[in-house]
Amino acid sequence: MGAALGVIFARNPVHAVMFLVLAFFQSAVLWLLAEAEFLAIVLVLVYVGAVMVLFLFVVMMLDINVERTTGGYAKYLPIGVLVAGLMVVELALIIWGKGSGADLSGTFAAMPEGYSNTKALGAVLYTEHVYAFEMAAVILLLAIIAAITLTMRKRPGLKQQNIAQQVAVRAKDRVRIVKMEAEKRERRQ
Amino acid sequence: MIGLQHYLTVSAILFALSIAGIFINRRNLILLLMCIELMLLAVNFNFIAFSRHLGDTTGQVFVFFILTVAAAEAAIGLAILVVLFRNRHSINVQELDSMKG
Repeated sequence: MGAALGVIFARNPVHAVMFLVLAFFQSAVLWLLAEAEFLAIVLVLVYVGAVMVLFLFVVMMLDINVERTTGGYAKYLPIGVLVAGLMVVELALIIWGKGSGADLSGTFAAMPEGYSNTKALGAVLYTEHVYAFEMAAVILLLAIIAAITLTMRKRPGLKQQNIAQQVAVRAKDRVRIVKMEAEKRERRQ
Repeated sequence: MIGLQHYLTVSAILFALSIAGIFINRRNLILLLMCIELMLLAVNFNFIAFSRHLGDTTGQVFVFFILTVAAAEAAIGLAILVVLFRNRHSINVQELDSMKG
């Protein structure tokens, strides 16, 4: 919670990313407590390990003027706090109020002995949801291609080889054989 | 003992904080992206809590897919951001008005 606060209030974007990493770590721990071990590990590996490093990379690479981008801070603060407070109140009414029909109270039922979250997840993932699984793979491929094509650029002064031209070259293009008379060699003194 | 309600509360607060973050950091595009990540995390929290509550693994499968899509989205978003910064030398949202919408 404090980490999430840090994300939105940090003046330096690098600090914000660090707070986000902290928030993800804490949620991973909470997911572990909910016995969703596989997803907790995936969260740490994928998010903290890959996505956050990507964020950090971009934040440091872009080298934004910190003062300028975080100016105008107090201007939107009231409306932000207002909207957030409204959301919290509404959700609290739903979750803690008696009005909703569903019974949300009570603790989680204990899982049976020898229950493996990863095993259960895999059993469902590769049978019922295999189509969605393949779709996710395609989406990741799409993300790779999109990211590469977006950020690739042609530099004007770049020297590069044309492989096709190199392979297609023939000897007569490069070497000219000249027929000429042999000359008499001058005697050296 | 921690129950469903506590998880839902944490998720609600996370979601509200990320919305507040979007409102507060209206000028920095990277922070906006990070707030969106935080929102997705809150949604995943709900999914996991309910999946655990109802004893149904499908919710966790769904979280898995959300994580995948979020990773792809973050990658593409950051790529767009890099291109944008290269062209405009700024990621300030207020200066990105070339479309005059």
